[in-house]
Amino acid sequence: MRYRAQVVVSLKDGLLDPQGKAVEGSLPALGWTNVSGVRVGRYVQLDLEADGADAAEDQVRRMAERLLSNPVIETFDVVDISERDGA
Amino acid sequence: MSGLPRVGVVTFPGSLDDRDALRAVAFMGGEGVPLWHADRDLRGVDAVILPGGFSYGDYLRCGAIARFAPVMEEVAAFADAGGPVVGICNGFQILCEAGLLPGALVRNRQLRFVCRWVEVRVETSISPLTGDLVAGEVLRVPVKHGEGRFVATDEQLARIEGEGLVVFRYCAADGSLGDVHNPNGASNAIAGIRNEAGNVVGLMPHPEHAVDPDVGATGGQPLFASLLSNALARVAP
Repeated sequence: MRYRAQVVVSLKDGLLDPQGKAVEGSLPALGWTNVSGVRVGRYVQLDLEADGADAAEDQVRRMAERLLSNPVIETFDVVDISERDGA
Repeated sequence: MSGLPRVGVVTFPGSLDDRDALRAVAFMGGEGVPLWHADRDLRGVDAVILPGGFSYGDYLRCGAIARFAPVMEEVAAFADAGGPVVGICNGFQILCEAGLLPGALVRNRQLRFVCRWVEVRVETSISPLTGDLVAGEVLRVPVKHGEGRFVATDEQLARIEGEGLVVFRYCAADGSLGDVHNPNGASNAIAGIRNEAGNVVGLMPHPEHAVDPDVGATGGQPLFASLLSNALARVAP
């Protein structure tokens, strides 16, 4: 079966995120003065062949641990795994 | 066999400072040996430098792709066997991604690329770059990076400090520490660290750009001199 996985990689809480700070600092200039806690992360989408959703998720997690994220500075979430139509 | 210490410099796609590193090795009296990222061969060198640049475009994370280059298996085996390995800037990032050094390098605190001369204080003589130096010496070397802020988990940082793994800290010309001297917001002003065995070292500053008095300060000279004597000890044990 063919699956599409969506992974979000985030900087660990507590680690200074200057990108997020820069975005946060720009929003008030556009009129949004009620925003705080902006953090900028990374989104990875990929398709893979696997024998079932569990196997797909297991592989995606291993890939996320090994390459897509760096456990020293980042955490990751597999936000979705769904079967692809017409595979 | 020239009898000179042979120092390999790995070129990855996107390396920038490989030629400067080779030139610095030759300038200081060694033999620079070009190495290629796709080769599983270190050509019998006595030391390895991973140079600065933007390997593989710094895609995903700095050094994240380069650490899986074929040559890195050989570099890891060389390091395991006690061979001296030096990572400069992007090379430091690669060593951290490869797990050969603890911690990671993230975006500068001020979100700007920083390109300037800094002072660093030598913290230990246990490293391939500082064997001929004593703790407390101050060297003037340049930095140029956008992602040079050293960070580590609390446990890693405690171990790095507790076991004396810090090799360089950003400092004032008199060696004193202060946030104003820290160009990127690195934890504990860390500019470079070593592994526990003491044969792998990574640093953000660029000693290879600071050996020739014709073009500026020469803070890199004693570091390359130490590296060459370290490598020479492997030529004639």
